[in-house]
Amino acid sequence: MASEPVRANMPPLSLHVPEPKFRPGDPVDFADVDVPPAGSARRPDTAEPAGRFTELAYTLVRVLDEEGGAVGPWDPKLSPDRLREMLRAMALTRAFDERMFRAQRQGKTSFYMKSTGEEAVSVAAAFAMDRDDMCFPSYRQQGILISRGYPLVEMMNQIYSNSGDKLGGKQLPIMYSAKDHGFFSISGNLATQYPQAVGWAMASAVKGDSRIAATWCGEGSTAEGDFHSACTFASVYRAPVVMNVVNNQWAISSFSGFAGAEATTFAARAVGYGIAGLRVDGNDALAVYAATQWAAERARTNQGPTLIEHFTYRAEGHSTSDDPSAYRSAGEPNAWPLGDPIRRLRDHLIALGEWDEERHERQDKELAAHVRDCQKEAEKNGILGHGLHQPLDSLFDGVFEDMPWHLREQRQMMLDEEEASGRPWARK
Amino acid sequence: MNMIQAINSALDVVMDRDPDVIVMGEDVGYFGGVFRATAGLQTKYGKTRVFDTPITEIGIVGVAIGMGAYGLRPVPEIQFADYIYPALDQLVSEAARLRYRSAGEFTSPITVRSPYGGGIFGGQTHSQSPEGIFTHVSGIKTVIPSTPYDAKGLLIAAIEDNDPVLFLEPKRIYNGPFDGHWDRPAKNWSAHGGGEVPTGYYRVELGKAQVVRAGEALTILCYGTMVHVVSGVVAEAGVDAEIIDLRTLVPLDIETIEASVKKTGRCMIVHEATRTSGFGAELSALVQERCFYHLEAPVERVTGFDTPYPHSLEWAYFPGPVRIGEALKKIMKD
Repeated sequence: MASEPVRANMPPLSLHVPEPKFRPGDPVDFADVDVPPAGSARRPDTAEPAGRFTELAYTLVRVLDEEGGAVGPWDPKLSPDRLREMLRAMALTRAFDERMFRAQRQGKTSFYMKSTGEEAVSVAAAFAMDRDDMCFPSYRQQGILISRGYPLVEMMNQIYSNSGDKLGGKQLPIMYSAKDHGFFSISGNLATQYPQAVGWAMASAVKGDSRIAATWCGEGSTAEGDFHSACTFASVYRAPVVMNVVNNQWAISSFSGFAGAEATTFAARAVGYGIAGLRVDGNDALAVYAATQWAAERARTNQGPTLIEHFTYRAEGHSTSDDPSAYRSAGEPNAWPLGDPIRRLRDHLIALGEWDEERHERQDKELAAHVRDCQKEAEKNGILGHGLHQPLDSLFDGVFEDMPWHLREQRQMMLDEEEASGRPWARK
Repeated sequence: MNMIQAINSALDVVMDRDPDVIVMGEDVGYFGGVFRATAGLQTKYGKTRVFDTPITEIGIVGVAIGMGAYGLRPVPEIQFADYIYPALDQLVSEAARLRYRSAGEFTSPITVRSPYGGGIFGGQTHSQSPEGIFTHVSGIKTVIPSTPYDAKGLLIAAIEDNDPVLFLEPKRIYNGPFDGHWDRPAKNWSAHGGGEVPTGYYRVELGKAQVVRAGEALTILCYGTMVHVVSGVVAEAGVDAEIIDLRTLVPLDIETIEASVKKTGRCMIVHEATRTSGFGAELSALVQERCFYHLEAPVERVTGFDTPYPHSLEWAYFPGPVRIGEALKKIMKD
């Protein structure tokens, strides 16, 4: 029996609990965020074996420099028209977010989540993929839907849970589903879409199809077991999938250190799985476009999956139910060293002589008016809380393909109760 | 056929008919499954339709859901029902809700096969009966066969069903019916009518119970291994019981149950799963609600105890002939 402590001369163990650099009221200095120069990352062949990506998982693929130039091997060399389309989709996403955030504050709906500062991550990725590639998004990639021309009115109908809502008022606002736009049904459960995207990609490969899948999650969600399972499956079967980690530094109030960012990058996770890993300036639309296009080509040529970390910053609160001033310094969004993705793409177009500030302002006004018109259109179908917009008994539709007896019985029970209560909307 | 062969035959038949059926799981490919349920299928249908997976139940079910969303009809296997819990989020939050939350845009036509139940000295993690966890989830069907004939017909119906199905296979009766007398020689399926299995295609429809034995004295509701245990006890006791094999727990064949209990006036429920909040509680409540004025005695539940499944004390835990026999005496006394 050991009775004497055998390590009496050692200091006691201590638990490391990560702490973000800045809390409310703190001055912000992001000088220690390593930002490699634009154009400095090498661009490998899309068939390069996964074992050679370690250095790309620790740097940043960047195209747009500080003067608005596009430099280096990752410059996708897009036409000015394409750049303007992308800029417009990003600006429209922001305008949409602004309007819907306000709609929630006005009590027209229960909930909303903006993607401010992360528009490049979804929009540029959508532009780099084919229209029939299937996206498995999280709740912060509304830019994909907007890029693919999904009607804003339909998005708003869903947000309002009104009579035009294709999901019949069954889903929380922003949990869109748009199969014909290659946009998989959003779930509230984080990271579940990751293995599903891998499965969709595997199915495409099983059938000898040419379509690929892409998926997105936040850096916080990489801690979920689904992320690990998805990476393992994707690697084992060389699934044609692009796996995006949107590292916006924050998972609600938890800084990225709680997902493991103090010790490594999220792109570096790819190294251990034997997946190609790229770390990209997420506020550089051209870098996001180029990396996505590269990964899509790799997937489409049977070279397997790619994990892309998009290094960005969540400029606003997590959701309409969140107040970021309670846990981070108000100075962070403006001090973020990678700037604003819309402004950077705008400056690039201006530097090319293909755009100017006056046109930009005019476009912003035009987009705001467009969103407002769509909102008016959507509100004709009702807003949340103003009466019931769906037939009461539709509550039971779609649990199963055919309604079993117990649901038919419960439906009748509900209708009888409503009839007895004398409420008019019981009678559809 | 025994139940393993019947399940293998079901997979073979549907894979032959439908190129979108995919079989996947731990050890199911080259090796043919730890219980041999998928033996020979990879050789016949190729590695892209029958394949081994990494050991991750989240991944197996999550990937199957994605394949289903693409348009395939995956049949993932979870090696033991005791190991289905890592996949619970994918089953409960995703598979079961996909149709509802997307208003039918996406569906999850997957069939999760998993051996379940005790009576094999499997201890805590090779014996559990988690069906009650899944019957509580809206949007998922739960099916449990008790004979090779039903296993094949139900599995074909489950795979062809457009809703997610949890298909629990009572591994104690894979090789032969088990009457609960662990101290007697094991039987095989050759002497049981349920072991006669057509080699071709047929379905046993989901949602339909089977009256295994017609009777007047009481109704016994059971499924899986317990169908055979109950049958043995009833034969030995000489009680004129009506034994109903539920076969599908959700959606439940309430008409057959209701008609039987109204006829007999007594109802006993038998399952291996633990008692509290087990599926027996739901059955008991339904019978009480629908047959109250016909009941001549309280509804009786014979179940596993509210403990983890023990190893050495297996036969004290298992609801075998003694416990069922005592319950029979009790319910018939009133």
